[in-house]
Amino acid sequence: MSAAQQDILPVRALRKLGHVVLFLLRLIGQCGPALGRPRLIVAQIYNAGARSLIIVMLSGLFVGMVLGLQGFDLLQRFGSEDALGVAAALGLLKELGPVVTALLFAGRAGTALTSEIGLMRATDQLTAMSMMAVDPLRYVAATRFLGGVVSMPLLAAIFSVVGLFGAQLVGVGMMNVDVGAFWSQMQGAVNLDDVYEGVIKSFAFGLGCSLIAVYEGYHAEPTAEGVGLATTRTVVASSVLTLLLDYILTAAFL
Amino acid sequence: MRASRSLEIGTGLFVLLGFAALVFLTTQLPASGLKLGHVKEGFHVTAKFDNIGDLKPGAPVSIAGVRVGEVEAIQFDPQDYKAAVKLRIDPEFNQIPEDSDASIQTQGLLGGKYVGLSPGGSETYLKDGGQIEFTQSAVVLENLVNKFFANMASKDPDTAQQQSKEPSK
Repeated sequence: MSAAQQDILPVRALRKLGHVVLFLLRLIGQCGPALGRPRLIVAQIYNAGARSLIIVMLSGLFVGMVLGLQGFDLLQRFGSEDALGVAAALGLLKELGPVVTALLFAGRAGTALTSEIGLMRATDQLTAMSMMAVDPLRYVAATRFLGGVVSMPLLAAIFSVVGLFGAQLVGVGMMNVDVGAFWSQMQGAVNLDDVYEGVIKSFAFGLGCSLIAVYEGYHAEPTAEGVGLATTRTVVASSVLTLLLDYILTAAFL
Repeated sequence: MRASRSLEIGTGLFVLLGFAALVFLTTQLPASGLKLGHVKEGFHVTAKFDNIGDLKPGAPVSIAGVRVGEVEAIQFDPQDYKAAVKLRIDPEFNQIPEDSDASIQTQGLLGGKYVGLSPGGSETYLKDGGQIEFTQSAVVLENLVNKFFANMASKDPDTAQQQSKEPSK
């Protein structure tokens, strides 16, 4: 990790990857005991989930409205604007819901997690906890990780539902798509598998984003600059990981 | 204590909302029978079709391209092996002649199916619980294509060639 090491780049990258994976394993090992303190987890679900609600709902509404406009414009050329419901539902459920929510989650909740844990590290709170025989990995890292993992699928589902009504608002309200056709075609074309795909994706993104946020915070350099850098790395790494995972999962589901 | 109370309420609200969204997605999107909002007014008439194609509940009913109602339910009638389609017509369109004709049509090339009514000449109008006697089934594109190719094949290729050469002789 320090500058003294002279490993070449691929080796450094490999080492970093191994470090993250080992951290994940230790974290998962601490998740079980952390479940014994539900109040701490509830507090983290509040931090990661409930406080991201407004931004997620607002974004969902606008993404849905844009989808309504663009979808209408495209489908109208083929005379099948009634398929707008299908296009919006599948687009939101399978891609936009999980991905955009994960990006928002990385920006809103991930940064908060990293800077909070990083600051705890910088002010020696984590060391103090260890001194008192309180495992910071269990009470600080694992609870925040679990809170993020629980919150993400719920946020993504809320995003999709709000987006759907946003698409309806534009499609039915402004573009005069038939409301019955909008819903009946959607119900004819959307399978339960499509819903599950979205849930599984958002769960995977939640795992990835929460892991990165907690990892970066936990291993932040204990200086003001170090915490700032760690927060930046969280956003960049979470976003890239989300998009990469999205491609892999989409390929796996098709 | 105060802080912990609002925290728990906020978390509860968020989790409830999240699960409500999940339930909505899993039950309302794939399944049929979504009834959004208020109970809609209007009167009901049925029409029996030999073949409804992929007509679905919620599809529009229109006269001359103007929406006058929607398909409320589709059932199979075991007595005459037909599809009984229940249509809900908006209350203001209460002057549709009794002998009107219902046909299943497609919106655009790829669009969904809808029921088109073409008015007849009768002086009496359709009432609640009435039935539309004259119906036209959905045009199934595959059947048309099959017929077309069957026709092509049944024509003797030799005579077809001769016919095309005849003018030059």
